[in-house]
Amino acid sequence: MAAGGRRDAPEAPDFGLLKRLARDQLIYLLEQLPGKKDLFIEADLMSPLDRIANVSILKQHEVDKLYKVETRPAPSSSDQFCFLVRPRIRTMRYIADIVNADKMSGRSRKYKIIFSPQKFYACEMVLEEEGVFGDVTCDEWSFYLLPLDEDIISMELPEFFRDYFLEGDHRWINSIARALQLLNSLYGPFGRVYGIGRCAKMSYELWQDLEGESEGDGQGRKPEIGNVFLMDRDTDYVTALCSQVVYEGLVDDTFRIKCGSVDFGPDVTSSDKSIKVLLNAQDKVFSQIRNEHFSSVFGFLSQKSRNLQAQYDRRRGMDIKQMKNFVSQELKGLKQEHRLLSLHIGACESIMKKKTKQDFQEMIKAEHSLLEGFDIRESTSFIEEHIDRQVSPIESLRLMCLLSITENGLIPKDYRSLKTQYLQSYGPEHLLTFHNLKRMGLLTEQVAGETLTAVESRVSKLVTDRAAGETQAGSVLCPKHCTPVQIPRLDGEYDLKLPRDMAYVFSGAYVPLSCKIIEQVLERRGWQGLEEVVRLLNGHEFSVSDSTAEDSADAQRVVLAVFLGGCTFSEIAALRFLGKERGCRFIFLTTAITNSARVMEAMTEARA
Amino acid sequence: MDCYTANWNPLGEDTFYRKFELYTMEWNLKEDLRDCLLAAAPYGGPIALLRNHSRKEKAPGVRPMLEIYSASGLLLASVPWKSGQLVHLGWTTSEDLLCIQEDGTVLIYNLFCEFKRHFSMGNEVLQNRVLQAQVFHSDFGTGVAILTGNHRFSLATNIEDLKLRRMPEVPGLQKAPACWAVLAQDRVTIVLLALGQELYLLDNTSCSVVTPPGMSPSAGAYLHMAVSFNHRCLALLTDTGYIWMGLASLKEKLCEFHCSIRSPPKQMVWCMRPRSRQRAVVVAWDRQLLVAGGSSESIQFVLDEDSFLVPELDGVRILSRSCHELLQEIPEASQEIFRIASMAPGALLLEAQKEYEKESQKADEYLREIKEQQLLPQAVGQCIEAAGHEHEPETQKALLRAASFGKCFLDKFPPEGFVRMCQDLRVLNSIRDYLIGIPLTYTQYKRLSIEVLLDRLVQRRLYPLAIRLCQYLRLSELQGVSRILAHWACYKVQQKDKSDEEVAQAINHKLGDATGISYAEIAARAYDCGRTELAIKLLEFEPRSGEQVPLLLKMKRSKLALSKAIESGDTDLVYTVVLHLKNELNRGTFFMTLQNQPVALSLYRQFCKHQERDTLKDLYNQDDSHQELGNFHVHASYGEKRIEGRVGALQSALDEFYKAKNEFAAKATEEQVKLLRLQRLLQEELDQPYLDLSLHDTVTNLILHGHNRRAEQLYREYRIPERRYWWLKLTALAERGDWEEIEKFSKSKKSPIGYLPFVEVAVKHHNRYEAKKYAPRVPPEQRVRAFVLVGDLEQAADAAIEHRNDTEMSFVLSRCSAGTDAAIAERLSRARAQLLKK
Repeated sequence: MAAGGRRDAPEAPDFGLLKRLARDQLIYLLEQLPGKKDLFIEADLMSPLDRIANVSILKQHEVDKLYKVETRPAPSSSDQFCFLVRPRIRTMRYIADIVNADKMSGRSRKYKIIFSPQKFYACEMVLEEEGVFGDVTCDEWSFYLLPLDEDIISMELPEFFRDYFLEGDHRWINSIARALQLLNSLYGPFGRVYGIGRCAKMSYELWQDLEGESEGDGQGRKPEIGNVFLMDRDTDYVTALCSQVVYEGLVDDTFRIKCGSVDFGPDVTSSDKSIKVLLNAQDKVFSQIRNEHFSSVFGFLSQKSRNLQAQYDRRRGMDIKQMKNFVSQELKGLKQEHRLLSLHIGACESIMKKKTKQDFQEMIKAEHSLLEGFDIRESTSFIEEHIDRQVSPIESLRLMCLLSITENGLIPKDYRSLKTQYLQSYGPEHLLTFHNLKRMGLLTEQVAGETLTAVESRVSKLVTDRAAGETQAGSVLCPKHCTPVQIPRLDGEYDLKLPRDMAYVFSGAYVPLSCKIIEQVLERRGWQGLEEVVRLLNGHEFSVSDSTAEDSADAQRVVLAVFLGGCTFSEIAALRFLGKERGCRFIFLTTAITNSARVMEAMTEARA
Repeated sequence: MDCYTANWNPLGEDTFYRKFELYTMEWNLKEDLRDCLLAAAPYGGPIALLRNHSRKEKAPGVRPMLEIYSASGLLLASVPWKSGQLVHLGWTTSEDLLCIQEDGTVLIYNLFCEFKRHFSMGNEVLQNRVLQAQVFHSDFGTGVAILTGNHRFSLATNIEDLKLRRMPEVPGLQKAPACWAVLAQDRVTIVLLALGQELYLLDNTSCSVVTPPGMSPSAGAYLHMAVSFNHRCLALLTDTGYIWMGLASLKEKLCEFHCSIRSPPKQMVWCMRPRSRQRAVVVAWDRQLLVAGGSSESIQFVLDEDSFLVPELDGVRILSRSCHELLQEIPEASQEIFRIASMAPGALLLEAQKEYEKESQKADEYLREIKEQQLLPQAVGQCIEAAGHEHEPETQKALLRAASFGKCFLDKFPPEGFVRMCQDLRVLNSIRDYLIGIPLTYTQYKRLSIEVLLDRLVQRRLYPLAIRLCQYLRLSELQGVSRILAHWACYKVQQKDKSDEEVAQAINHKLGDATGISYAEIAARAYDCGRTELAIKLLEFEPRSGEQVPLLLKMKRSKLALSKAIESGDTDLVYTVVLHLKNELNRGTFFMTLQNQPVALSLYRQFCKHQERDTLKDLYNQDDSHQELGNFHVHASYGEKRIEGRVGALQSALDEFYKAKNEFAAKATEEQVKLLRLQRLLQEELDQPYLDLSLHDTVTNLILHGHNRRAEQLYREYRIPERRYWWLKLTALAERGDWEEIEKFSKSKKSPIGYLPFVEVAVKHHNRYEAKKYAPRVPPEQRVRAFVLVGDLEQAADAAIEHRNDTEMSFVLSRCSAGTDAAIAERLSRARAQLLKK
C-alpha cells in the first residue's frame, strides 16, 4: 500500500464482462431446448436474472410464458418446460410434482432444469427418489458472479450464511472456489492472497486445487487485481449487527436494497406509486452521498438542489442559440438529476421520520454504550423494555446478540430472563432461534471465571494503537469483551463531514473490526505482529504470495475483499474511505449484501 | 556405392524393383514354413506361428506351440496351444492376434500370447465348421470372413463392434471356391469368389455373376485373386497363366500379363508404391518368385527356401526360414539420383559433394551445372527425400551430407524438411534395429504416424525406447512421456513377484508428479489384478480426490473413501459416498460412521431435513442428542394440525429437554404446553382466535376484549414481570380507548414504568387531554420531555429553566415556533444567557 501521500486510486477492472459471459451462457442453454418453452424461475433468481437478461432477450430465445417457481402453473399448453433454479431440495420436489402430475394425466413434455450456479448431487438424488430423473435433463448455468456496481460483485447467495455458519454445510465452498477461479482467470493472476477464517481457508485451498487441475495458462496476462483478502463473516459479527448510519447502509436498513435496486414507496416518491431505482455509481446523486454519514447527507442534498436551480436559472438571458444548445445537451441531464435528487430527498425524509424519533436515538445510544462497554445494566434494561414493548422481534434479538458478543456472553440471570421475556413477547417458537444463536455463538451464557486476560487486553491495545497511527488515541478495550473495539473519542467532537478514519461509518464510535483487520494485514503484508489477535479470532489465517506473478504497480493497489457470509454497506463505505486515503481500490466480492436484520432473520426459526 | 544399382531389376521402361535383406532370421526354425500356420502383421508387425499345425496325426502329449516373433525373428512369447483346431491366424490393426478355430470361435491374444477375450461367429458356423477363414481390414476396422462347411459365407466387419452377417447362398456352390476375397467398397463389404471360370459377387442380399472388363474369354479357370493393400486394385490369375489386373470395382482393367508357368502358385500379392503409376503383382511358387506388371517382361527371382509373402503399403516382405527380405519399387527420388549416368540435379549434387570431399575442383563444376539450371533447391529436396527411402545408414548419411552441402549455396532454404528427415531417420533406424525388429519404411512410418508407432512400442513393452523417442521428438508430456509412463506403471502392477511396497515406490519414483498421470487409473489396474493393497498405496499418490473416491468405493474401502471425499471439499463427492454407505452398511454402523465425520454428518442432516425427516430423528437418537431431539419435536409440533398432536409433540420435546438437562428449554416448553391448553379453552369459551399467539399477545387480546380479570390471572400465573404488564396493559387499554380504566390503573399503585409512557401513549392516540393528566406525575428529569410531548411549551420551559439545564432549554427552544411562542423563546434565551454567564 502507498506509504503516505494520497495517490489516485486505480480504476476498478471492467466487470461488465462477467455479465456478458453469464448472458451468453444462458442464451446458449436456452437454445439447447429449441422451440417455444415456458420458463419457471426461482423467486430469488428473478432480480439477478433481470440484471443479466431482460424479458425481451428471453422472448427472443423462444421463452413463451414466465412463471415463478413455487406457484402452481396455470395449465399450460407448452410442450417444453424449462426451470431456472437454485440447487435446492425443496425446488426439486416442486419440479418432481409437476412432472408427476403431467405423467398422471398422460401429458408428455420435455423438462429441462438449469441449475445456477451449479448442480448438486443431492438434487439429482431427490429427482431420482421422486422417480423423475429420467424425464428431465439437467444443465448448469455457471452464473457465480453478479456485478452489482463497478466495485461490488455479489454471488447472490444469502443462504450461504445460514447453510455454512449454522448448519455446517460446506456445499457452497465449491461455488466460492469456482468464483475465485473465474475472477483469477479474468482479472488475475492474483499476486497475494490473505485470509482469515475456516471457510476462507477451505475456499482458498479448494480454489488452488481447481487451479492445479485446470492448468490454465494465466501467465503472460497483465493482472488487474493484485491482492485478495478472504474473510469469514464470523470473524466479526459486531460490525454486521450495528445499526448503519452511512446513507447507503441506512437505505438498506430502511428500504432493503435488493440486488442493487430499491423500491421507494409512496411515502418517498410523494405520489401514489412506488418507483424502482437502481442504486449504483451511475446515479450521479447517489454516488456522491452513498458513503456519507447521514448527518451530512441532507446538507449536501440541499446544496445540490441549489446548484441545480442555478443551472436551470442560466436559461434566463440566453439567446436562441444558447437555448437550443441548452435544451439539446444539458436539459435532459438536469432533468434526470432533478428526478434523482427529489427521490433521494424523499428517501431522506422518510428515513428521518423513522430514525430521528426518540426510540432510534436511544437505541443508537444503547448500542454505543454496548460497544464501549459502559452502563451495561442500563443497556440491559433498555433491551428488556424493548422486548416488553414488542418494538420489533428482529431488533430485540439484534440488541441481545450485540450485548452477548460485546460482553463475551450474558450473565446467567440476564440470559434466562431476557430469553423468557422474548419468548413471552414474540412467541415460543423462538426457542429454536435461541438454539441457533447459541450454536453460532451469537447469544451465549457467560462461563464463570472467564474474563479477559491481561495478554488479551494488551493485544487489543496494540492493534488499535498501531492501527490508528497515533498513540493512546482513546483506544481502550471493552471490559470482558474478546474483540478489540475502538471507542468514541472522548476528547472532542468527531467531524462526520470530514472523517479522519473509518470509524465515521459508525458516527466515530467504532472502527469496523473487519475493515481494521484488512487494513492492518495489507499494511504489514501479512499477519506478523497480529498473532495474538488471530488467536482471539480463532485463527485459520493465511497469507500467500505468488512470486511468479509480476508486480504491476496498478494491480498492486487493487484489493479484492471477499466476505464469506455477506458484507454490509458500512464496511463497503469504510473500505472505500480507506482506499481513498491510501490510494488503493477495493473491490468487494460477497456471498450477498447483508445487514443486521438479514443476519438475524437467517437465524430465526420461522413457524413452518 | 558404385554397385548401388546391383540389386535393381528393371520392369518395363523406367521402373526398377529391388529386393534386399532386412534381417537374418533369428528364429532357428526347424520346420518348413509350409508346415506351419503363419500370420505376419503389416507395418513391420509381429509374426505369429503355429508349429506342427498340418501334422494331422497328433502325437499324444505334443501340443502345437503358438509362438510370436518380432519381424527379426526374436521370440516375443510362446504358449502351448490348448484350445481347439485352428484354421486361420490373423492380426488386427492394433496388433492383436486373432485365432480362428474350426468351431467358429475367435480367440484374441495380445502379442505376448496373453489371452484377451474371445467371441463366436455364430451358431451356423459352429454347426457347419469353418472351412476357410480370412482376416481383412477396412475403414471399419478389422473384420473376419468365414467360409463354412456348407459353403456359405459369414462376415463380421468389425470385431470391436461385432455384427454377424450371413451372406446369401451362392447358387450351385457345391465345393469350396478356388479362391475368394473380401472387397471393401463404398462403405460396404462384399465377397468376390471364383468358381471355375465364373466370378461371383456376393453382397448382403444377392449373388451375381460378373465378368471383369477386358478379360479374355479363353483365360481359363480362376486360381488366385489378390486385393491390393489400399483395397483399390484387384488381380486375378487363371490356370492358363493369365493375370488380369484392374480396379477392385471391376469397372476397369489396368493391365494384363501372360505367365509361362502353369502350375498353381502358392501366393499372389500386390506390390505397389503409393502415388506411383506402376502396378505390379508378385506371384510366388515353391522355388520361384515373379514380379509382373504392365510390361510384357517380368522379373524373376529364384527362391532358395520356402517363403511367405507379406503385402505392405509400399512393397512386399518375403519371409523364409533364414531371412526376411523386402521387395519394393525403387522410389522416384532414389531412381533419379542413383540411376546409372543420371543427370538429375540430385545425382549431380551427390556427385559434387563427393568431389568436394576429395577436395577436387570438379565439385564446383557439378554445382555450377545445377545452379545454372536453377535446380539447386530441387537437388537438395531430392537428396533429402531419397535419404528417407534408404535403409543403409551409410547411404542415408551420404545423401544427407549432399543435401546439407547443397543447402550452403542456397539462401532462405527452409530448414524444417532437412531437420525433420534427420529426426525421422533416427527414429526409423532405432526401431529397425534387430533387437526391436520393426522394419518400417519411411512411407509406412509416415502413414502410421508417430503416435501409433509409440503405441506399438508400448504394446511391445519397449517403454524406455518409447520415452527416449518422445523426449527426442519433444512431444508434449501429456501425449508422450506421461502417457507411456502410465502404461508402464499399469504393466508394472501386474508383476506379481514384487511386494506392494516395492512396486508402489518404484512407480512413484519413476512417475513423480509428471503432468497428466492418473494414479487412479494405475490403481484401478492394480485392483483388477487383485492387488487391492497396492491399489490403495497408489491412490495415495493421486492428487485429485475426485479420482480416488470411486475406486475406493469399488474396492469397498468406504470409510477411506469418505475421508478422502471430505478432504476434497467436494460435497457432491461426499454425498456419493454417504449414499453408497447408506446402502452398504446397516443403519447402526452407517450412523456410527457418520458420527466420526462431522462434515458428512451435517451434509446428510441437511439432506434428511428436507427429504427424510424421520431419519433425522433416528440420527439424533443414535447419538443421544437430546437437545437436537427436543428441537426436532418442537419443530414437528408446528406441522401438527390438531392441538392434541401439537401438545403431544411438545411433550416429547419436554422429555428430551429434561434429558438434555436444558431446564430453560424444558420450562419454556412446559409453559408453551400450558399456554396452548389455555388458549384452546379461551378460544372455545370466548369464540375468538387465541391459538398460536404469544403470551404477550394473548394477554393483550384479553384486555382488548375486556377480559381484564382473565388477563390479571394470566399475569400472575405466568409471573409476567410487572414492567411488562404495565406496558402491555397501558397500550392495550389505550388501543381500546378505555381512558377511564387507564386512569384507574395508573392510580392502582406507583407505576413501575413511570408516567412518561402514559403521556407518550396518550399522545400517540392523539388524546392530549388525557396526556396532560399524567404530565405532572412524570419525574422531574423527564418532565420537560413530557410537557413538550403534550404541547405545553410554557410548562416545559418552566421546568427546563428550573433545572438550569442547557440541553433541555435548547430542546424546548427548538420546538418553539417564531410566531406563537415568541415570549417563551425569549424567556428561554434569557435563562440560557444567564446560565452561560455563570
